[in-house]
Amino acid sequence: MERTTSVFDERELLRELKHYLPAQAPLKDFIHHNSLHAFQEKPFFEALKSASDIFGYKTFLSLGEFRSLHQKGRINDHILNRILEDSVGKNLTESWKHKLTQESYDENIQPNIGLLRAFWKKKLGIDLESFVQPLLFRILCSYLDQGIAIWEFPLHKDGFLATIRQIEENSSSSFFKGKKAKELLFNENTSITLLLKLIVGEESYFEQYIFDQQFSHQGWSGMVSVVEDMPETLLVTKKISLREIIIFELLLEIDTLDDRFKGKWKPLCELVDNVPEALFNKRAQSELDTVLMLWQQAFEWSFYDQVLTGIQSEKVVNHTIEQKSFQAAFCIDDRECSLRRYIESFDLNAETYGTPGFFGVEFYFQPEGGKFTTKVCPGPITPKYLIKESGAGNRPKKDIHFSKHSHNFIFGWFLTQTIGFWSAFKLLINIFKPTMSPATASSLKHMDKNASLVIENKDLNHKEHNLQVGFTIEEMAVRVENVLKSIGLIGDFAPIIYIVGHGASSTNNPHYAAYDCGACSGRAGSVNARVFSFMANHKAVREILAGKEIHIPAKTQFVGAISDTTRDEIVFFDTENLIAENVVLHKKNSLVFEKALDYNAKERSRRFDSIDSKQSAQKIHQKILTRSVSLFEPRPELNHATNAMCIVGRRELSKGVFLDRRSFLNSYDYSIDPEGNYLLNILNAATPVCGGINLEYYFSRVDNQKLGAGTKLPHNVMGLFGVANGIDGDLRPGLPSQMIEVHDPVRLLMIVEHLPEVVLNTIKRNPATYEWYRNDWITLVVVHPETKEMYLFKNENFKPYSTVSQKPEMVSNIEKLVESHEENFPIFLIEQH
Amino acid sequence: MNWSLQFFIWIPLLGFLMSLLLKRTNEKALSYVAIGTVGLQLFLGITFVSIWLIKGQPGINLKDIVLYRNEDYEFLIDFYFDKITATYLIVGAVLSFMVILYSRYYLHREEGYKRFFNTILFFYAGFNITICSGNFETLFIGWEILGISSFLLIAFYRNRFLPVKNAIKVFSVYRLGDIGLLLTMWMSHHLWHENITFLKLNNYTLVHEHLAGHSYVGVFISIMILVAAAAKSAQLPFSSWLPRAMEGPTPSSAIFYGSLSVHIGAFLLLRTFPFWENQTIVRVIIVLLGLSTMIIATGIARVQSSVKSQIAYSSIGQIGIIFIEIALGFENLALFHFAGNAFLRTYQLLVSPSVVSYLIREQFYNYSPHEKSIESGFPLKLQNTLYILCIKEWNLDEYLYRLIWNPLKRAGRRLTILPPKAIYIFFVPCYLIGLYGLYHKELLNPTILVYLPVFFAFIALAMVLQSFAEKRNIMHTWLLILMSHFWTALAIGYNDIFSVTQIYIYLSGIIGSGVIGILIIRRMSQLEPNIDLSMFHGHVYEYPVKAFVFLIACLGLTGFPITPTFIGEDLLFSHMHQNQIVLAIIVSLCFVIDGLSIIRVFARVFFGPHIKTYHEVAYRSS
Repeated sequence: MERTTSVFDERELLRELKHYLPAQAPLKDFIHHNSLHAFQEKPFFEALKSASDIFGYKTFLSLGEFRSLHQKGRINDHILNRILEDSVGKNLTESWKHKLTQESYDENIQPNIGLLRAFWKKKLGIDLESFVQPLLFRILCSYLDQGIAIWEFPLHKDGFLATIRQIEENSSSSFFKGKKAKELLFNENTSITLLLKLIVGEESYFEQYIFDQQFSHQGWSGMVSVVEDMPETLLVTKKISLREIIIFELLLEIDTLDDRFKGKWKPLCELVDNVPEALFNKRAQSELDTVLMLWQQAFEWSFYDQVLTGIQSEKVVNHTIEQKSFQAAFCIDDRECSLRRYIESFDLNAETYGTPGFFGVEFYFQPEGGKFTTKVCPGPITPKYLIKESGAGNRPKKDIHFSKHSHNFIFGWFLTQTIGFWSAFKLLINIFKPTMSPATASSLKHMDKNASLVIENKDLNHKEHNLQVGFTIEEMAVRVENVLKSIGLIGDFAPIIYIVGHGASSTNNPHYAAYDCGACSGRAGSVNARVFSFMANHKAVREILAGKEIHIPAKTQFVGAISDTTRDEIVFFDTENLIAENVVLHKKNSLVFEKALDYNAKERSRRFDSIDSKQSAQKIHQKILTRSVSLFEPRPELNHATNAMCIVGRRELSKGVFLDRRSFLNSYDYSIDPEGNYLLNILNAATPVCGGINLEYYFSRVDNQKLGAGTKLPHNVMGLFGVANGIDGDLRPGLPSQMIEVHDPVRLLMIVEHLPEVVLNTIKRNPATYEWYRNDWITLVVVHPETKEMYLFKNENFKPYSTVSQKPEMVSNIEKLVESHEENFPIFLIEQH
Repeated sequence: MNWSLQFFIWIPLLGFLMSLLLKRTNEKALSYVAIGTVGLQLFLGITFVSIWLIKGQPGINLKDIVLYRNEDYEFLIDFYFDKITATYLIVGAVLSFMVILYSRYYLHREEGYKRFFNTILFFYAGFNITICSGNFETLFIGWEILGISSFLLIAFYRNRFLPVKNAIKVFSVYRLGDIGLLLTMWMSHHLWHENITFLKLNNYTLVHEHLAGHSYVGVFISIMILVAAAAKSAQLPFSSWLPRAMEGPTPSSAIFYGSLSVHIGAFLLLRTFPFWENQTIVRVIIVLLGLSTMIIATGIARVQSSVKSQIAYSSIGQIGIIFIEIALGFENLALFHFAGNAFLRTYQLLVSPSVVSYLIREQFYNYSPHEKSIESGFPLKLQNTLYILCIKEWNLDEYLYRLIWNPLKRAGRRLTILPPKAIYIFFVPCYLIGLYGLYHKELLNPTILVYLPVFFAFIALAMVLQSFAEKRNIMHTWLLILMSHFWTALAIGYNDIFSVTQIYIYLSGIIGSGVIGILIIRRMSQLEPNIDLSMFHGHVYEYPVKAFVFLIACLGLTGFPITPTFIGEDLLFSHMHQNQIVLAIIVSLCFVIDGLSIIRVFARVFFGPHIKTYHEVAYRSS
């Protein structure tokens, strides 16, 4: 345990700190991301170990859980043996197997974080955090507040510290107890370094001290760090920086010590009697680490191998479709996986496709009357376009119960005696007959169905908020071409092509944005679906496309739609533009959608305790609708829980496999993309999006307390941007337990249908994407399009992979299967008609 | 009909006991028992109230069970019913019924589903005992149940730091309120020479007659009642506990801290109104208290940036107004206001998670950047000063520490002169000598005899203070508490003719619970060698059964109404004379601190973040 004395660099420290802090944006912009993004430059298992050693995260299921999965047969014994043989060699397999299944280990996690700062308590008996944190959190929350408080923080334009100074300067009361801290606040030379010299003393401890301090409330620090870098993520923007809150916290600490010890205390370094382990000290791999790693691989491959066997053994009967009834493009979202299966099974002449749910059109959206714009495309993209809504009819209704007047004594006196009784009645109604209310977050509220959108730009100078309003014809054509080619839909067009975005509905759910479309930055995909359809229907666009060998017949029409993943409902847009023939067809198709949604509801219901899955699909659908607006339902839907794979390829590749809503599905036809250009775009989008979702679920599941948000039942909304437990707790980033409890923590299996050499070249073209695969954060398997041979990406290369699982069972009656139980299913083959 | 009044106690108690017997995983049965219990209560409540209304709202008094009697003392369970009870009964049943229905799904799959319904039913039983009580003794039983079940509900997430810390905080404030009630009961004994029923309190001439010439006694009792009421209803200076109680699942916070529990203080005032009706000074004090609470709490509510704390402080402000209404004699208005406030706050808390999507949407469409609040009219300096004070909750939370808990701890530390072993070596023989003296009072000098009770009580207090200040040794703390009870008994023994049976009654529960506690502590120290009081250990994670048994032992030792000690406690007070205010205060302080000390031992050993980290452990700050 050596300590190198280096010169302390404040900026370097802040950069480092920001790298490790949680990066979750405020609730309204909830976007899934890898909770351990800071460790992504390391190989997966190495990263997990570091994260655990440094910050004390639990990064695997417990040994007990793995063993019980093994006993239940969920971890395949053959696979386990193979993994052991590959890793430790044939000779040692038996002894390691004993270790995995029998030996007992000390599983206690002893991280380095917090060791240094613990000396305050150890030596002085003072619990600094109890004194400092409640006040710090309250001040931060009030400063960042987005509209809960009635009396707002008197802000100063120069940021957080300037605000504190301004209010302290002219006040008879103070946030501080003593004079010293207040003087330091106004001292121009005050810096983190200066304060650390006072409070810690020795420079070699500075970094560790600040890490200890900030990670004792990583939720708040993370939020400040995000707001500092992306101020626009708050509607009411606030200027704040991590540096400012560190200074303020150090001042509060000095103040507390002064108050407690009457000004007589020594810096921390003089209290340290045995030097704590340095924060980033690398520890040797323990036997337990290896055991858990082997279990994790065995767990993952028990599932992967089944999937791959399934894909290899499925056979799709290729009957020729004479007249396609319709084609429908959905988001790649795993929740659409079963809906597509039902549509295809209820209408054998229908085809479905999957592509990221923003449909290749990136823009900000401004609903009519909206004071702000909303980004509706994947997070990393910064669009240059604005789409505006006009002629909207239904604006949000008000609900007096959220009125701030009830918090003042005069109005409050009046309201309690009037509205008070009405609330008892409302509550009663919601308990017995839940209905949609102004408080419900609904996918349909994103855009008014009947409003019109300004999509076409006819004047390049037409700009608002520095954004071009609408797209030009050329810009439209590029986007339509890209999407159609990437999903392989360049001929054989059906009369109607549905573009189906998705969103979700829920009540009483601060995490509502996490349920919407991730490719639309946590919003519903309705506007994007409409915009894309408009573009693809545009005559001039089609002319340009025709020049690129995409001939869309005049009678083919695109129809935008939004499907609600919570309620299993669908709404079509602009159907009045359909030509007469298509009106008739659309009517027929709608029935297919409706039936498919009923059955989709039924399939989902098997996970819900409140619904008996043996009932008829229609009945269950009714219950699903009720459930989505129930105040008391913490699981309106299960969102991405159980997600485990992403398939990039033609529909035929997986059409005959029952994937149990566990797969992202991105349509892709290798034959029109020999060089992998479209594949590159697909992987650039799908890798971080699906990988981010998958890993956030993984980590929230294995350590729901430190990496997840814990149970949502006691959550308290802080300033409209985060949740905490109780009133003076730390913010809780990550997913609440209700979202992850049924999730199996396995890394994403990315399956690409193409030639291995093409895929290898493609992923190497973007270093950011490549990192995910090179460091094993996602497992990549390539399926040869013709031979269906499998190649596994390992050590930066593809090696042939042969499956060991038995051929999956065939199911003919999915309805029966769905009724059977609520646990995860193994992979099945679906009988094809 | 009068006779059926007691059902409102037995039904919740029975429901609670039934729920204890069910299996942890049997969510259906647990929720049905809870729904059945409260549903039945609601149904019978409505029926009963209807009949009672038709009969012209008579005040009903039901002298139910005499638990103990000797020639000049009687401990009886007594029930009373009038429109105050009627309102609280119906509002309580309606809200509990809805919230239990709500929680049935809301808590699905939650670890502690059973514990939640157990505690809620227990709380509900306590609530009903309190509101149906016909005398202070019965009320105190309910009051104690409310206190302990509140502790358990707030610490529902018992393996996290903040819920446990806040549960202890709330429990401490409740315990302070208990002093008020204990002293009220003590003084009442002497004023009325019996355990007065609330029915008799309504008798104007009787009250008037007794208070004549004892006006200071009247004021004393009224102020003690007010202390108890203010603590339970989060009025100044106790307000800061209420927002901190919002640590359990939202429905439990909604119903208890949004509505039922927090209005119990108002109930106590309504119930005792006839007693202080003619004490103008008391009414003025209550109005002033209500008024200042209303203003301060509203100010604090206005700066709150978290939903639940905002609702909590607005509710406190409204209860301040209810206090004023009661003091002004607007009983009906106060009852109406109570019901409205309870319903509104419950609903607001239940839908509080919706606030994000609702307000963000509203803001998206209606935001205007420079909206001014009323305060912008104030001079800048005043604005800033008030803003800081409101953010810091007027330092209310801190002052409870500075003025009460820290001095007590400091006193305890000062008194810790002797090492643990010496304490036993010195005090056990002392006690035996004292005991010998008790039976041979004739040997003692009469002047000394007068001072002995206070002296012994002071030793009891010293011990309990030491236990409160003890930082490490758990067994020592436990034994100190145990010994302090013995000294208290001795003190009272010297004070009056205190028969052996009465001492037995008092000590029976103490000894039993004390021994169980010792056994558990010993066993735990064998199993987990490093247990001390310096930190939370969270051992309930591995030893839930031991934790439960130890909790029972703790309750027994605090004089909770599960052992005869509870009656003994009341007996004890009846043996203190009206002029022995010092003795009374010392003894009630003993009870209060002893409760805190015990709950601290329990929490430190079994609650809080688990010291073992082989499983998911929450951050301390969450």
